Amino acid sequence: MNELMLARLQFGATTIFHFLFVPLSIGLVFMVALMETFYVVKGQEIYKKMAKFWGHLFLINFAVGVVTGIIQEFQFGMNWSEYSRFVGDVFGAPLAIEALLAFFMESTFIGLWIFGWDRLSKKVHLACIWLVSLGTVLSAMWILAANSFMQEPVGFAMNNGRAEMNDFFALLTNPQFLVEFPHVIFGALATGAFFIGGVSAVKLLKKQEVQFFKKSFSMAMVIALIAGMGVAFSGHSQAKHLMESQPMKMAASEALWEDSGDPASWTIFAGINTEEEKNDFQIAVPFALSYLAYEKFSGEVPGIHTLQKQYEQKYGEGNYIPPVKTTFWSFRIMAGAGLLMILMSMMALWYNFKERLMEKKGFLRVMVAMISFPFLANTAGWVMTEIGRQPWTVFGLMTTSASVSPNVSVESLLFSLITFTLIYLVLAIVLVYLFVREIKKGTEHEEQAKDPRRSIDPFEKEVMQ
Amino acid sequence: MELSELWFMLVAVLFIGFFFLEGFDFGVGMATRFLGRNDFERRILVNTIGPFWDANEVWLLTGGGAIFAAFPHWYATMFSGYYVPFVFVLLALIGRGVAFEFRGKVKTRAWTKAWDWVVFIGSLLPPFLFGVLFTSLLRGMPIDGSMTMRAGFSDFVNLYTVTGGVTVTLLCFLHGLVFLTLRTVGDLQMRARELAHTMVYVVLAALVALVSLSILETDLFTYHGEITIVMAAFIVISYGVSAAMLGKKRDGLAFFFSGLGIMTTVATIFTGLFPRVMVSSLNSTYNLTVYNAASGPYSLKVMTIVALTLLPFVLGYQIWSYYVFRKRVDGKDMVY
Repeated sequence: MNELMLARLQFGATTIFHFLFVPLSIGLVFMVALMETFYVVKGQEIYKKMAKFWGHLFLINFAVGVVTGIIQEFQFGMNWSEYSRFVGDVFGAPLAIEALLAFFMESTFIGLWIFGWDRLSKKVHLACIWLVSLGTVLSAMWILAANSFMQEPVGFAMNNGRAEMNDFFALLTNPQFLVEFPHVIFGALATGAFFIGGVSAVKLLKKQEVQFFKKSFSMAMVIALIAGMGVAFSGHSQAKHLMESQPMKMAASEALWEDSGDPASWTIFAGINTEEEKNDFQIAVPFALSYLAYEKFSGEVPGIHTLQKQYEQKYGEGNYIPPVKTTFWSFRIMAGAGLLMILMSMMALWYNFKERLMEKKGFLRVMVAMISFPFLANTAGWVMTEIGRQPWTVFGLMTTSASVSPNVSVESLLFSLITFTLIYLVLAIVLVYLFVREIKKGTEHEEQAKDPRRSIDPFEKEVMQ
Repeated sequence: MELSELWFMLVAVLFIGFFFLEGFDFGVGMATRFLGRNDFERRILVNTIGPFWDANEVWLLTGGGAIFAAFPHWYATMFSGYYVPFVFVLLALIGRGVAFEFRGKVKTRAWTKAWDWVVFIGSLLPPFLFGVLFTSLLRGMPIDGSMTMRAGFSDFVNLYTVTGGVTVTLLCFLHGLVFLTLRTVGDLQMRARELAHTMVYVVLAALVALVSLSILETDLFTYHGEITIVMAAFIVISYGVSAAMLGKKRDGLAFFFSGLGIMTTVATIFTGLFPRVMVSSLNSTYNLTVYNAASGPYSLKVMTIVALTLLPFVLGYQIWSYYVFRKRVDGKDMVY
């Protein structure tokens, strides 16, 4: 293993792990804010109970999301110092603004929300959770603006061998950003919704606190359907844009070695042979790729070999083919999981409408399993986006191998990789353990925690021993 | 003034703010071991910083982000050069962050005890490592002509940097103790005040040692000699006044002066560096400065507009959150 491989492995591992928690946080806090809004508007205690119960789970998740995010900010400098030098001018700005605009907002108002139930008026308290929600979205926005620059560099000029920003507005209107941002946010909302839906299904199967969890379930499924549709439409516009910005990623995600011919058919499954650079077999739907790429039933999509020749002419000798199998399959996992999510939320709403949810035990069990699907889709989506961009870190400007820190040794990298992996493993175990515990306890423990307002003098007795 | 100079000041302000704010919550984290006699007291201690610590830590993240945006070369050289120390900082901050959230979630002794240790180590390590980092920055690190730093163990760890690390840790510990005199009641408050009073003298001794070593090991007192001497004297006076105020039970003033001490200490480090951001021990022409490490003028201009627009709001709602939670933590309604 050399430095580059280890640095890539570490970046991949820490980023994927971090991004398990981010979408769940964004989705959950939005739902919690919605629940508290119902509480403030309608005045029904059940909504307050909902906000508190799901809020608890959100906080556990948020804590892990925040701490794993700290690594993300610093490892650009630690592991990718040449990249940081080259694009810090453009890439550092959104990161700094994220901290200034979003992190401060999230962290301050989450503190006010957790500790402020009895100290703030209902409306101010509600405003706090909405500001946290806004903070998470703004945070995603600036990160995606930065990421979009890596997919499609805009608003810069080459100066002294560095990419220097010359148009800030262009960064914020980057066509890549405009399709990527809604896709990620809708995906996050779907993640929160399916989490609430699945956990509610667990409780409904056990017939515990039926009214509470039925209400949570139906609310979640409405959001799930809206978000699912949003994911699909924004995903489609992203695919269409891919044809203009990164045709190689498109070709790789289709395992399209040769030009498709007109009209292009969409491959469902393929036996990809990367050694001989062809597919041993494939099952395809006619016309579908043309539609995906151009929104019409005609049009040829260029293949990997054609693009490789074009890229060689443009960027010089080299291998510009990303890992085809990974890109191909992660795209299918993402899209498949997304479609299933839309279908399941529709069924859920239908059963709910027909008042037949409680009899459909099998369906509820499937909904429990569905908790994992948004995570699968989110991860696969990023794997496709980032691996599909290889060998570039900044498309067309800088390769991954040129981005790595020259002064970080294999030993240092092994040390960090092992310690980060271990601590992440512990975090994951503790998190799941705490989730299961809180869910088992149900909503009752809220009352219990309030109950023993010990009036004894804390300094006289060993109260908690 | 050039924008890159302004940004150096802004980065300095962010780190001064970070040490002033997270300084006391690091200190409170350390105090859980020395001041909290049982779980209930430790819970009170943790709850005194409950609503604040997360936002305090963002000062560091914003400082890091500001360096990335305004001085990409500084960011790249420092973070890759200090790779292993930063791994420890990150591990500590990760553990500490979740420990606050997790420690109260399961009510068994083994569970809380384990997370209490994480809170303690996670609060002790970062200030120590930052102390090491800043003092070694002043002393100079082997940075070559391509702005790449390749340092060995003794560049990081030597008498001077360890003294720096210990001093910064002590400053934070004291600052946390004084903060606790403002946020607790009764016996706990009294013990915090007493320990703080003793700690002031330890801090003063450490500062004297650090200043003496700085004269030997760095150009801190020759490069900007006069102003540095004035600032060093100011630090010593601040802590002296803080001790006197603790003796008179004027805890608010004591906190103000210990805060002034810690802020001036950080300010002195940044003043001593300017206009350098990283000193090369190989050759002074390899120094990274606010001029050769900075972003382009357009980037700096955009960032300046954004920062100056947002800062008043950020400061406003942070101050408001301290106002909302101005009540002392007496153990009646605790979250963590």
